[in-house]
Amino acid sequence: MSDSAAPLTTADGVPLKVSLRRAVRRSKFKALLLVSPLLLFLMIAFVIPIFEMLSRSVANPEVVNHLPRTVAALEDWDRQDVPGEPVFEALVEDLLEGQEARNLGLLASRLNYERSGMRSAINRTARGLRTMDPPYREGVIEANARWGELDTWKIIQREARLYTPSYYLAAVDRQLSPDGQITRAPDNLQIHVNLFWRTFWMSGLITLMTLLLGYPIAFLLASLPLRHSNLLMILVLLPFWTSLLVRTTTWIAILQSQGVLNDVMVFLGVIADEARWQMIHNKIGTVVAMTHILLPFMILPLYSVMKTIPPSYMRAARSLGGKPFLSFRRVYFPLTIPGMAAGGILVFILSIGYYITPALVGGQSGRFITNYIAYHMQTSLNWGLAAAIASILLLVVVVFYMVFNRLIGVDKVKLG
Amino acid sequence: MAIPSYATRGERIWYYVFRGICALIFLFLIGPLLIIIPLSFNAQPYFTFSQEMLTFDPAGYSLRWYQDFFTSSRWLNAIKNSFIIGIASTILATVLGTIAALGLSSRHMPARGLVMALLISPMIVPLIISAAAMFFFFSRINLAQTYLGVILAHTALGIPFVVITVTATLSSFDTTLIRAAHSLGANPTRTFFKVVLPLVTPGVVSGALFAFITSFDEVVVVLFIAGPEQRTMPIQMWSGIREQISPTILAVATLLVLLSMMMLTTLELLRRRGERLRGVTPG
Amino acid sequence: MKSIIRKRVVKGTGVAVAGLSALAVAVAAHAEGQTLNIVSWGGAYSMSQERAYHEPWMEMTGDEIVNIDQSANALAGLRSQSQAGNVTWDLVDMLPADAMIACAEGLIEPLDHDELLADAPDGTPPSEDFVDGALGECFVASIVYSNIVAFNSDMFPEDAQPSTIEDVFDLENYPGQRALMRRPINNLEWALIADGVDRDDVYDMLETEEGIQRAFDKLDTIKDSVIWWEEGAQPPQLLADQEVAFASAYNGRIFDAMVSENQPFEIIWDAQVFELDGWVVPTGKLDKVRDYLYFATDTQRLADQAQYISYGPARLSSSDLVSTHAESGIEMETHMPTYEPNFATAIQKDDEFWADYLDELSQRFDAWLAQ
Repeated sequence: MSDSAAPLTTADGVPLKVSLRRAVRRSKFKALLLVSPLLLFLMIAFVIPIFEMLSRSVANPEVVNHLPRTVAALEDWDRQDVPGEPVFEALVEDLLEGQEARNLGLLASRLNYERSGMRSAINRTARGLRTMDPPYREGVIEANARWGELDTWKIIQREARLYTPSYYLAAVDRQLSPDGQITRAPDNLQIHVNLFWRTFWMSGLITLMTLLLGYPIAFLLASLPLRHSNLLMILVLLPFWTSLLVRTTTWIAILQSQGVLNDVMVFLGVIADEARWQMIHNKIGTVVAMTHILLPFMILPLYSVMKTIPPSYMRAARSLGGKPFLSFRRVYFPLTIPGMAAGGILVFILSIGYYITPALVGGQSGRFITNYIAYHMQTSLNWGLAAAIASILLLVVVVFYMVFNRLIGVDKVKLG
Repeated sequence: MAIPSYATRGERIWYYVFRGICALIFLFLIGPLLIIIPLSFNAQPYFTFSQEMLTFDPAGYSLRWYQDFFTSSRWLNAIKNSFIIGIASTILATVLGTIAALGLSSRHMPARGLVMALLISPMIVPLIISAAAMFFFFSRINLAQTYLGVILAHTALGIPFVVITVTATLSSFDTTLIRAAHSLGANPTRTFFKVVLPLVTPGVVSGALFAFITSFDEVVVVLFIAGPEQRTMPIQMWSGIREQISPTILAVATLLVLLSMMMLTTLELLRRRGERLRGVTPG
Repeated sequence: MKSIIRKRVVKGTGVAVAGLSALAVAVAAHAEGQTLNIVSWGGAYSMSQERAYHEPWMEMTGDEIVNIDQSANALAGLRSQSQAGNVTWDLVDMLPADAMIACAEGLIEPLDHDELLADAPDGTPPSEDFVDGALGECFVASIVYSNIVAFNSDMFPEDAQPSTIEDVFDLENYPGQRALMRRPINNLEWALIADGVDRDDVYDMLETEEGIQRAFDKLDTIKDSVIWWEEGAQPPQLLADQEVAFASAYNGRIFDAMVSENQPFEIIWDAQVFELDGWVVPTGKLDKVRDYLYFATDTQRLADQAQYISYGPARLSSSDLVSTHAESGIEMETHMPTYEPNFATAIQKDDEFWADYLDELSQRFDAWLAQ
């Protein structure tokens, strides 16, 4: 009887519970060990770089690093009037040092974002300092009028901190007044918010288009016998496997004003030769090309859901007296909603992050916020603003990704 | 989807209308890819069909754009780079991804959902953001403008595909087969090579193909982190399309369509093999 | 190489020993045949550099020159390479405005022009031989080029061809689409001039809100008829296809299309916005490219380049040597931005103005486009 109360043990006398727990721990450890190289790699090559870039959206080291004396001298400034000689003396020292080290450029760019004209205020003044004698106040103001303006000094004082909200504010078309209040940027400088909205509604439209086109195809594929559907599936997968650039190129060839479609229309007499349709380098181009490119991402999840719906459901609905359309709407359609959600979210996420296609066929009106990130990365070189826009976009993507993960689960994603 | 015998007349009509709609959608999917093939043989430097082409006059056709392509050191160099980077990053992504997938498909993997979400994130994060991030980071550790930098970046982008396909294969993997092998006297090594590997291979290979095509087709990251020596084919195409769209691009595009057809065929064969091995018979 | 050697030796007589040893090093380096990565703009412009500088240089020295078409993103490239600590570019062709920024950031070498560059054949030192503004702290210009508006003469009746910048803004008398570059630079200047502002007052006006508004208001009048281009190869293409009647462009591209492809283009020289373009040396690369830079900026080389493209040499001494177009035999003089009748109403792009206002006006320009 004492036997029955004793815990179960393994052959070597260890209690079974302990042994099991140990085994589980061991296999947990083993699983982690297998995953860890990849996890480590992705952390270093992907996750950390992204966080590091996002940190640039608030980083603001320029004024602190390059105008330390000026900032210190401004500490007991009354903000009522352009500061006095001590501040200018400090400024001259800072600028001379920067000129010597040839690193004033970043400071000049940074302040120029806050106030146009600061770039040359700094560069030009710095170049002229060697020939200037104290007292400096008058000479510096004469070298560049910006130094005689109250706002210049308010901005320098305001930006004398290592973190700034300026880039985020700029990313949503707001700005700080010299006194630190958040205000709407003037109407004629409003650009980013509109671009965000355009990116979202066009992506929504593209998602809708892929759904409208993808649903019948997925339905057809799911209801055909496998032998036939496999063949048709290849027609879906071929574009999926074809280079993005190739697909974009072919749309240029088709849609441009001297392109195939316009030629056909002119040949058929639908339009006059002089009145060719403008279908590219605008919204139409972006929507058409991206619908084509993203369509497989809608069809594949829809198909895998529809595949699991037994055909007997529809037959049952019919035999219970449902009209074809009604049976479809009441029985089949609701069952495909998970597939539509999966495909829809996937297409939407991919679409708002697209860069190549809008850049090539979007022209002026069909470009996305991503094109603006690239512009600030490569052309305007305002990397802080690029990072701020990127983090807002990333936030939206992550939210949708989490919804997707909750609804469907990333591990349910199937490819091909 | 044959028409059931009880279908009404309206349903019959709808049946054909529906098929017609589907045919049009398929045309939308495939047509653009097929149209560029004849266009790439245009003797004229235009992007549309010339009169001669429509009347099947041989003079309207020529191989000059292919000749341009195969005699241009820029294009050939770009192909070479694309293959170097593509193959290297595929190997890395496949090895790392497959090992990780083995761990992920263990029942005892802790925080599985979170890890999976993280591993798949390179597929979800907008490329322009990944590219900008890698640009800053790789610049700082002296990997920008090097082959290694581009290869590592593409490895990160290819990993989600390997992880997804291999875990999918493993989840349908019947673990009793391993026990059966053990009980029949096979040691673990032999079991792995004789039982596990043949069954997992199709998943690994298709993951690898995905990783390769991801790298082979990638523009944005290369645009940001590659130097002049690492110019790949997509970059060459990108600048070609932006600057002056010459029909050489169409020749390249045609070759790439052929390549993707080959890839797809390989994948389809693998899938069939996998199904046969697992005892699933295609209908 | 020989001629340079001689010049260098002559130049360095004062410190002959040092000069000779430097020379020995240079020759030794060249004997191995180094590779120079030179960044430029691509297209017809790079071609002209290849003919005039690269090919003779490679022949003389056995060096390999790799041409990289990255000038449009040169500043971003220099910044990232310098951050990476791995500068692969040896010499970069860029605009003076970008050079100013790169110089202030320490990305490129300050240049001592009289020491580094060749004298004119008559002995005039470089600082006097180059045109105004051609020598910046870190910059040496090689060409004067111009932003102009060109038109396709087939699209207008022979007796009503446009001739002034006002005509570009006159949709009534000169109908048709216009292709303009998608940026505020040039467009704002032209809008003001077409609106009657004196060309000397343009940049002063643009520093005021009223001036900017006036420029945008003027642009508003043609906005619906404008196609915005971004790559230099587009405007000649658009003109040739008759997609547009007018196109703003770099004058060299239009010239190239006129002579190489016999396109019926005409250039409106009125209110041309000219600017300079030339070389900068990434920090740390001066020793590597010293000899090449000396060679590529001498009087003869600059004159040679003008045989292949209609950009004016930045050296006064080169002007007299400019002859005919290498392929077509056309007299180049009348096609140069600096040719007297062409130059009469020219404005010089104000680099300092644009360095200060480009960020703000670009944003405003984009917002205006999106309206």
